[in-house]
Amino acid sequence: MSKAEILGNIRRGLGGKITDEARATVKNRIQAHAPNLIPARGQLPAAERLALFINMARESAAELIELNDLADLPAALDQHMQSLGITELIMAQDKCLTSLDWSPLQNKQTTQRVSQVGDLASLTTAFLGIAETGTLMLYSRAESPTTLNFLPDTHYVVLRREDIVGVYEDAWNQLREETGGQMPRTVNLITGPSRSADIEQTLQMGAHGPRQLVIYLI
Amino acid sequence: MNETIINQTTAKAPVVGLFVTCLADLYRPEIAFATVKLLELAGCKVEVPEQQTCCGQPAFNSGDRQTTADIARQTIEAFDGFEYIVAPSGSCIGMLHHYPELFERNDPWFERAMSLKSRAFEITQFLVDVIDFTAIESRFSGHVTYHDSCAGLRELGVKQQPRTLLQQLPGVKLTELVDSEVCCGFGGTFCVKYPDISNRMVSDKSTNIANTGADTLLGGDLGCLLNMAGKLKREGIRVDVRHVVELLADMTSQPPLASSSYDLATKV
Amino acid sequence: MQIRTPEFKESARIALHDVGLQKALGNVKNGFPGKRAAAMARLPEFDALRDQARDVKNHVIAHLDLYLEQFEAKVLENGGHVHWCRTSEDARQTILKICREQNARTVTKGKSMVTEEINLNEFLEQNGIQPIETDLGEYIIQLRGEHPSHIIAPAIHLNLEDVADTFHAHHHTPRSVDPKVLMQEARERLREKFAAADVGITGANFLVAETGSSIIVTNEGNGDLTQILPNTHIVVTSIEKVVPTLEDMTLFLRLLARSATGQECSVYNTLSTGGRRPGDQDGPENFHVVLVDNGRSDMVGNDFQDMLRCIRCAACMNHCPVYGAVGGHSYGWVYPGPMGSVLTPQMIGIEQGALLPNASTFCGKCESVCPVHIPLPKLMRHWREKEFEKHLTPRTARWGLGGWAFMARRPALYRKFSALSNAALRLMAGKKGYIRKIPMVGAWTDWRDMPAPSGKTFMQQWQEKQRSGH
Repeated sequence: MSKAEILGNIRRGLGGKITDEARATVKNRIQAHAPNLIPARGQLPAAERLALFINMARESAAELIELNDLADLPAALDQHMQSLGITELIMAQDKCLTSLDWSPLQNKQTTQRVSQVGDLASLTTAFLGIAETGTLMLYSRAESPTTLNFLPDTHYVVLRREDIVGVYEDAWNQLREETGGQMPRTVNLITGPSRSADIEQTLQMGAHGPRQLVIYLI
Repeated sequence: MNETIINQTTAKAPVVGLFVTCLADLYRPEIAFATVKLLELAGCKVEVPEQQTCCGQPAFNSGDRQTTADIARQTIEAFDGFEYIVAPSGSCIGMLHHYPELFERNDPWFERAMSLKSRAFEITQFLVDVIDFTAIESRFSGHVTYHDSCAGLRELGVKQQPRTLLQQLPGVKLTELVDSEVCCGFGGTFCVKYPDISNRMVSDKSTNIANTGADTLLGGDLGCLLNMAGKLKREGIRVDVRHVVELLADMTSQPPLASSSYDLATKV
Repeated sequence: MQIRTPEFKESARIALHDVGLQKALGNVKNGFPGKRAAAMARLPEFDALRDQARDVKNHVIAHLDLYLEQFEAKVLENGGHVHWCRTSEDARQTILKICREQNARTVTKGKSMVTEEINLNEFLEQNGIQPIETDLGEYIIQLRGEHPSHIIAPAIHLNLEDVADTFHAHHHTPRSVDPKVLMQEARERLREKFAAADVGITGANFLVAETGSSIIVTNEGNGDLTQILPNTHIVVTSIEKVVPTLEDMTLFLRLLARSATGQECSVYNTLSTGGRRPGDQDGPENFHVVLVDNGRSDMVGNDFQDMLRCIRCAACMNHCPVYGAVGGHSYGWVYPGPMGSVLTPQMIGIEQGALLPNASTFCGKCESVCPVHIPLPKLMRHWREKEFEKHLTPRTARWGLGGWAFMARRPALYRKFSALSNAALRLMAGKKGYIRKIPMVGAWTDWRDMPAPSGKTFMQQWQEKQRSGH
């Protein structure tokens, strides 16, 4: 009822009936999903793209740690968790992570589940990094539950250097390819840790999401 | 209609119709005389069409389109045949630029309004951008600041032009006003419809003006200048207020706005 | 919420004398414009993006029916539900029904101006469902029983001391004036609420027709916790938010944060498409989109169509000297500032809303900062035209205008009247160059002096000169 009324009202405003031409225009635009103007900033060769990502991520107050090899991750995490006094790391059944040798974690444990209120730290992989704004792209699936990205105080993220794209347009195309054009339930674009300026417009870090975002660049 | 004037080549003196503006006419004729002088120095022949009154902005901004259109037609006819229409006000020229919005595209008045729009310029814009006349001479010396009136700034792009001209005057030291592009609170009928809000805006402006340490405030729109001069006077802030053309035309013998020779003699 | 727009002048007067409010409003003027300018300076393509954004929005509006149908089809395809709501009442009932189906007792909410527009919180409370605002600013004002005074910084009218008092009173904790401590208190209290809520309600910044996704843009992460923890996620949004593709959404994201807070991009940009998928370990089972019209479809093809381009960035109010002087609550309804002055009369009627489009000097600053080039002064002027046509303009203003218009169309008479006014003003001023008080013109002379004319009118002097010159 309401739908017909609303659409009817819009059509009246637009001056009448829907034409085949209009339908084709809409269909073609969506199918083409052509980029609009893309800022030059993110359109860079690989090395500069990486540097831009690092700069922009740090500017967003993410902590960025470069590792040579994924195998170095457990030891690096041990150190970082030690400095924060964290003893439990929540992660998903992400083979890329679970298959690592976690013995370097001393007096700490990894737990494989979704996140719950009270969790101190989580570890996830990122699907992509976007250099233009230093942004991480993650999307929901069995090995990447969304709660891990928001509930814990500290969010550790693994990002491969080769997964850094320059601009959002590249990220959307890779996502389309990865998921066969089937949009996942949730796509998170994350740029730095949570913050708010709602009290007197003074920026405070750590509002509702993670207080710290630590990116391990592999 | 005087087609022959429009078709004259630039070798001949451009014929400019002066749009006096009601406020300059009523409050400060010096501004219009200074404009005439500047135009003549720039090699123009100036005429003042008898049939002009107001640009119609009070009606336009009150939602009375019919009256506005009537006044627009009157103004268009008054300035028919002039190569240029120049006024010492960005606001009034901005209004002339709105005229095409008043007519349907198939109305012959639409074309005439478009023509008027293409020929209408604010004075500093005309001198700098249109006829490239910057050979200004003036004996004035002093420390000035400048308020960028909204309509000139945002509807016409008047920003650098008055500064370019002021730079020609060796005796002038310009200190930029903090928030020079923020509205002074005049806004035509706004200042009487919402006096409290307008007062806040002009109070903030006065504070900023006083903070520059300048002894003269300049601007390009008399409405704003009346507002600021009235506020400065009420608050007892001793800053002279003048339209920029008064300096540019070396016509500053007249006491500044809201002052008289009596005030100056008695130091009110 | 109660419409108090007809009291605008009185509210504004009170606001101008509210010392605390004036201090808080300083945070708008001294914060947002500078940050926006800095962000703009870092992106050379900013203005070109604005032009393109305007064009994309115009394209969408010209095909709004088709994009909405496409969006709905994609939501359904992804297992979600779409509810079309012509009025606020339709939307409230729809949301209540969904909540009842979930036996909802508490509902967490991300920041949403559309839910303010449809007065959702009050309605849910009346129906035994507790809505909990989770955006820090919204949380603060909900505790205080207030409404947002700004569309992206809802508690901008408050100072630190106010927040300290509010939390002290409601949290029963020692009073603290450390913003960090205050935020921590809110974080802890809301964490329990996120987990316990039966339904999460968010707004949407954009809807993507290509994928059936809705996107929220936040810095706190509250919107995400609102939508991933409960079993049901309801997106309450409005019909003009649809954009064709992810690429188009990207165009707007590049403009939104920069125009709003001056950030390169907001911390969390989250796309939601349908409910939980096979294999998903968390997230809501149910996904509903409530599409609110509430007068927007009437704007298609009318004088106010350009307003449908608005992306709610708040740049117009952040730069508005009137908003900066009186604050958002003075506007008396949901949307303040220049965008509110155009939108409010559309939604509550010009009869009640007329004071807002009049409360502008037409300084044009709002239009100059709008990321989608909405000609806000022109649209406010259109409302004044409607007001004039409907004979709603106050009688004294109408008479004054009529008398002036009579003369302005008769040049000779106008000359005479100018000369007469000129002489009268000079008479009042006497020897002085100004007038301290003019009867009937108190609105001017209560606050400032009236400069006196410096001599006869220009036209008188010009004619004298012409005569003597010959």
